[in-house]
Amino acid sequence: MDFITILQAGVASGTVLLFAALGELLAERAGVLNLGVEGMMLIGAMSAFSVAIATGNPWLGVLVAMIFAGVISQIHAYIVITLQADQVVSGLALTFLGTGISLVLGEGLSKSGTVSLMPSFSIPLLSQVPILGPIFFRDQSVLVYIGYLLVPLTWYYINRTRPGLHLRAVGEYPSAADALGINVFRMRYLYVFVGGVLAGLGGATISLAISPGWFSELTTGGQGWIAVGLVIFAQWDPFRAAVGSYAFGALRRLILDIQGPTSLLGLRNPFYYNPYWGFFLQMLPYAFTVIVLVIGSREAIRKRLGAPAALGTPYVRGERGL
Amino acid sequence: MAESTSVQKRRGGFRIRLEPRLDEPAVWYPAAVSISAIIFALILGGIVIELAGGDAWKSYVHIASASFGDIGVLSDTIVKATPIILTSLACSVAFRMKLWNIGAEGQFIMGAWGASAIVLWPVLAPETSRWIFIPMMILVGMAAGAAWGFIPGYLKAKFNVNEIISTLMLNYIAVSWVNFWVFAVWSESGFQMSHKFADNAALPRLLDYAQTFPVFRGLTTHMGLVFGIISAIILWLVVYRSRWGYEIRLIGDNPNAARYAGISITRNTIYVMMLSGALAGIGGMSEVTGVVHRLQTSPIAAGYGFTGIIVAWLAKLNPLAIIFVSVLFGALLLAGREIQPSGVPKMIQGIILVSLIASDFLLRYRIRIVRTGVEE
Repeated sequence: MDFITILQAGVASGTVLLFAALGELLAERAGVLNLGVEGMMLIGAMSAFSVAIATGNPWLGVLVAMIFAGVISQIHAYIVITLQADQVVSGLALTFLGTGISLVLGEGLSKSGTVSLMPSFSIPLLSQVPILGPIFFRDQSVLVYIGYLLVPLTWYYINRTRPGLHLRAVGEYPSAADALGINVFRMRYLYVFVGGVLAGLGGATISLAISPGWFSELTTGGQGWIAVGLVIFAQWDPFRAAVGSYAFGALRRLILDIQGPTSLLGLRNPFYYNPYWGFFLQMLPYAFTVIVLVIGSREAIRKRLGAPAALGTPYVRGERGL
Repeated sequence: MAESTSVQKRRGGFRIRLEPRLDEPAVWYPAAVSISAIIFALILGGIVIELAGGDAWKSYVHIASASFGDIGVLSDTIVKATPIILTSLACSVAFRMKLWNIGAEGQFIMGAWGASAIVLWPVLAPETSRWIFIPMMILVGMAAGAAWGFIPGYLKAKFNVNEIISTLMLNYIAVSWVNFWVFAVWSESGFQMSHKFADNAALPRLLDYAQTFPVFRGLTTHMGLVFGIISAIILWLVVYRSRWGYEIRLIGDNPNAARYAGISITRNTIYVMMLSGALAGIGGMSEVTGVVHRLQTSPIAAGYGFTGIIVAWLAKLNPLAIIFVSVLFGALLLAGREIQPSGVPKMIQGIILVSLIASDFLLRYRIRIVRTGVEE
């Protein structure tokens, strides 16, 4: 078992979580909690794969996935922003809806033939750097490289640009933002849409790059929920979200690969000789998500950090409050 | 929310004016809104089925006749509704406190595992009387579900860990846990299931009494329904007629007021999560001993916990209403098994939930259409 290979594959599979987490992070920064990530990812994975099969063009598949998931996200936006319903229940409903729609439209898709995937390539020079080169820059999908660019861009956008300032204002103190002439409602719709687009991209990354194909609900296997958990762990910071995503990606790979070899670090590999221990390995990503939440929440209490102040509350013009 | 000012929208020569409701709407109004929302959802679902190449009308007629057509299928519908009653009771009590327990699925699975352990470990000898087996299995099933609810409750109370994510993660862990036992420890000659439970470890079914009452021939409705109805009545009494229930409702409606009144939110969070888990645990116990009669992952982890969320919401968290709504959803699940494409029941559930949440708006606001320029 080669750790460089595992980390390389881990970065690739972590990209799925990264896109979903960055999208959720932006929506939550605008004050809207969207628990529909899992559903939107399934929509993305299903539509990307089916469009890529139908047209032979994976790029088109990714594009359709992003648009479809973005459109679906607007149902949640309408319910929680305009109709001011509870964001938790609406987000859950969106997950049910997204799962259902993708199962119906994706019926029979898993038996479909092979599909051309998103291209992979190595970056010259950078891939020659010892250790880091092969992990991050050798034979990665173009989507993985897009992920690298998106992290600093998102950070810069949120923290150093004028629209980013408006975004934070809308999530922290919407009535003040409103008084400044920022259209709180439009901004929230916009960032829920962006969140949906990125969740769709995450789904497309699964079905057209990481583990190609459509395996109904198992395609995402709860990664949308892990992404929501990662945003809390990340304390709404894109760089921490990236670290968390890649770490989880590596863990997922490690679990898959650790059962292969007969010996591990020169010892008999217990996971090879006891294949049923694999069920405990499968629990790890979910158990780690809970642990990561405990760490994130304790840290938040200690440093007095917190979620965007208006997260989860509808904005009603003229109502006293935030 | 009720004090908010009106939102105005301009539409051509008319204006839709939204006013917050200050008075309580009539008794029939919420039910009418919910039913309209479901009809709207069914129409919307029909459109999607047509788009996906199915026949919507046929699907719905099939659902109706395959679930209420005769006493046999009605009994099957009730069998499907039984686990949903218990999981949605579990969700309703947690939701009442605004604790988002999405983990009824995992607690249900653990309840089934706990009950099975009595037979498979084996804790009780196989020839033990049914009347010792059943109470024992209920107790252990409840305890296992409650333990699975305790974890997220404790983490929420002590570390403010988001219970939505933690309960969801515990669902996946519960599936792996049961898989381990089914595959590795209790596997019946290599199959992914345990051996069949003996008759004294199974809940009595109506068909067991067919000798005395010939009407019951072939009816699989089992004692789990009784557990569900008793649990619903007890839960209704607890939530609406007890001091503890008052505390739960107060925390849900206004946590600050509850804190001022000296109610411990920490303790109630843990207790309510455990109660919720215990109810889902009975559901798992009833399913494994009343229907499946062996421990096997796929029929147990079939999504009853998630359907319970929708049913709880549809029943407006009222334990008695849950019984009736569960029967409707039992019908949807029963008939949905044969419908193509197979994702249809899940999608319809999703659309119903979305419409319901959107329709709640009509309970909070009054819509008035007024001509522009006309004084109101």
